[in-house]
Amino acid sequence: MAQYKMHLLVCGGTGCRASESTKLVENLQTVLRTNGLDNEVQVVTTGCFGFCEKGPIVKVMPDNTFYVEVKPKDAEEIINEHAIKGRKVSRLLYVDPKKEEAVSDSKHMGFYQKQIRIALRNCGFINPENIDEYIARDGYAALGKALTEYSPEQTIDVIKKSGLRGRGGAGFPTGLKWEFASKYKDNEKYVVCNADEGDPGAFMDRSILEGDPHSILEAMIICGYCIGARNGLIYIRAEYPLAIQRLKIAINQAREYGLLGENILGSSLSFDIEIRYGAGAFVCGEETALIHSMEGERGEPTVKPPFPAEAGYLGKPTNVNNVETYASVPVIILKGADWFSSIGTEKSKGTKVFALAGKINNVGLIEVPMGTTLREVIFEIGGGIKNGKAFKAVQTGGPSGGCLTEKHLDIPIDFENLVASGSMMGSGGMIVMDEDDCMVSVAKFYLEFTVEESCGKCAPCRVGNKRMQEILDQLTKGNGTSEMIDQLYNLGSVIKDTALCGLGQTSPNPVLSTLQNFHNEYVAHVEGRCPAGQCRAFIQFLIIAKKCTGCTACTRVCPTGAITGERKQPHTIDQLACIKCGVCQRKCKFNAIEVM
Amino acid sequence: MCALKEALSPVNIKTIKDICQSYNNNAGNLINILHRVQEEFGYLPIEVQEAVARELSISVAKIYGVVSFYTFFTMKPKGKYPISVCLGTACYVRGSEPILEELKKTLAINVGETTPDGFFSLDSLRCVGACGLAPVVIVGEKVYGRVEVHDIGKILSEYK
Repeated sequence: MAQYKMHLLVCGGTGCRASESTKLVENLQTVLRTNGLDNEVQVVTTGCFGFCEKGPIVKVMPDNTFYVEVKPKDAEEIINEHAIKGRKVSRLLYVDPKKEEAVSDSKHMGFYQKQIRIALRNCGFINPENIDEYIARDGYAALGKALTEYSPEQTIDVIKKSGLRGRGGAGFPTGLKWEFASKYKDNEKYVVCNADEGDPGAFMDRSILEGDPHSILEAMIICGYCIGARNGLIYIRAEYPLAIQRLKIAINQAREYGLLGENILGSSLSFDIEIRYGAGAFVCGEETALIHSMEGERGEPTVKPPFPAEAGYLGKPTNVNNVETYASVPVIILKGADWFSSIGTEKSKGTKVFALAGKINNVGLIEVPMGTTLREVIFEIGGGIKNGKAFKAVQTGGPSGGCLTEKHLDIPIDFENLVASGSMMGSGGMIVMDEDDCMVSVAKFYLEFTVEESCGKCAPCRVGNKRMQEILDQLTKGNGTSEMIDQLYNLGSVIKDTALCGLGQTSPNPVLSTLQNFHNEYVAHVEGRCPAGQCRAFIQFLIIAKKCTGCTACTRVCPTGAITGERKQPHTIDQLACIKCGVCQRKCKFNAIEVM
Repeated sequence: MCALKEALSPVNIKTIKDICQSYNNNAGNLINILHRVQEEFGYLPIEVQEAVARELSISVAKIYGVVSFYTFFTMKPKGKYPISVCLGTACYVRGSEPILEELKKTLAINVGETTPDGFFSLDSLRCVGACGLAPVVIVGEKVYGRVEVHDIGKILSEYK
């Protein structure tokens, strides 16, 4: 292997590729070749660094320089200045917003300081399309260790002792799940990876598959060894083309290296992995629905028991875990159960990946020890609320979770605490909302999602959620009555108690939690006000004549031409033509447009 | 991609046969098969579903049940440039709803429809995972990030 003196790690995740990181890589390589440096400096396309807000990211190793928002045309300057002359390109460095100074070493960035990266250990470090890079970072060593040092029972014991719990939603102990599947005797068993990441706003599974696909393969092989399965299936969303492509490459490489197939690493273990595509159905994240979908059926859930461990795919014993859960397995085997269980809280061990999104400064992917508080996550790692606005709520757990408020900011995040606060861990999406977000609209938004995604099998979910959505729609349109609030409470609790599967039982959570934490806002809508000024039925945009300078910025952005006025004269808005999109308000530099 | 009108041509039937055969005509692989067939034809009209049913020896009703259950499968042809607006939560709180409204108005079609000239079709989807760029609009395979309502005209003009 060639010895390079410098590596340029460029993020090749979906987010950064959307901002032309592929073109950037090409440009960097071209400039290196013209300067005859292509044997000295290597450009590596890696998985996600997590700092998606400022992508595309280029990290220079060995000096840890972290360049942000790099454009394809910056390639020449990076090579000429940094690689050739040894001077950092200061205009591309990350600037700490609090201290207002450039940070030249990523270790000193607030975003990374509180993180412990276990599931994301290789994302942003290795080229996911090269198995040798994974192996160089102890890849497949855990598989070797399990095969040579532990029996299947002992391996399951390590996972049990580590306290690892499922990262996909319910938090069921992983070791126990494996033990159940191992107890059922059958010569045909299945190991399934649930990569049907359906929570809007959660993208950790996609990033792991894009950035470190081999860690999933390794864990699935270990699971096959533990439960006595020869077949693995990865059920992945068709909306993730890049992750699918990298998984295919990884599976082929693992086969070439004898890590998949017959007699793995010279042992008696034989195991292979196939990919199955999802087709856009949120309910398929539920394990019984997922199994039906893999069988070529409609993805409708069935009542448990029997659990998949007893009768799953094709009626055979099946173990289903999600991506992030599998990603933690190899490290646990290598470093030991005690190491893993020393991180986290009493009942929730290890770390959890969260996808920070919404009105937060540092949108991205982070991994923190269980027990970190929401305040640390949102205000320290996440850098606080965008545009200096006030924090209002954070929604965790996706459409099954709830909205947490200011008073929950200091509780340590773990499975139990989140449920006790009326939300849940879910897959780890965290959507931050500010003072401008109307909580009734947010509840309606989630209900629309559930109504669309309900499989229709049981009446509470199919009919009940539809009725709740209609009530919320009336509330946001100014047709609400106070009885409607009671109806929401009643419907919500009945659906929770009677729906068939996890999706239905948790679907009223966004409504119930906002009813509890933002009751006043519901009352206000009945009284004809939207405190956040978001519901269009209750608002008007008006131009304050005194403040308006007649700069015409608003007239140029108004999509309906509703704003008129002479240059340098106060403008006016035609209320009949106004669609209340609010673009003019965001564009106005003089705060002359107000919501009434 | 080829456009379909009424009865399938022998070539089209052969394509469907080959795809089914590559999965050993195993009905358990129905979803993977439908993905491949949709890739080939652009959509899954009833004639195509009938052909798949014959190959796999299952009822058309079952295939229709699967096609109508999953949002990824479509029975209407998509436009030359399919447009998708992300309505994931991150995009929603950063204002994707007004963008969808603007697209509906500009193109004069609803979600799930195609313009009469077959140029654009409009869909909403839930999260492509590019939440750092929210709100996101996707045209064909190109992702537009941090889109504002007044950018829509400019984006569409790139394709006309």
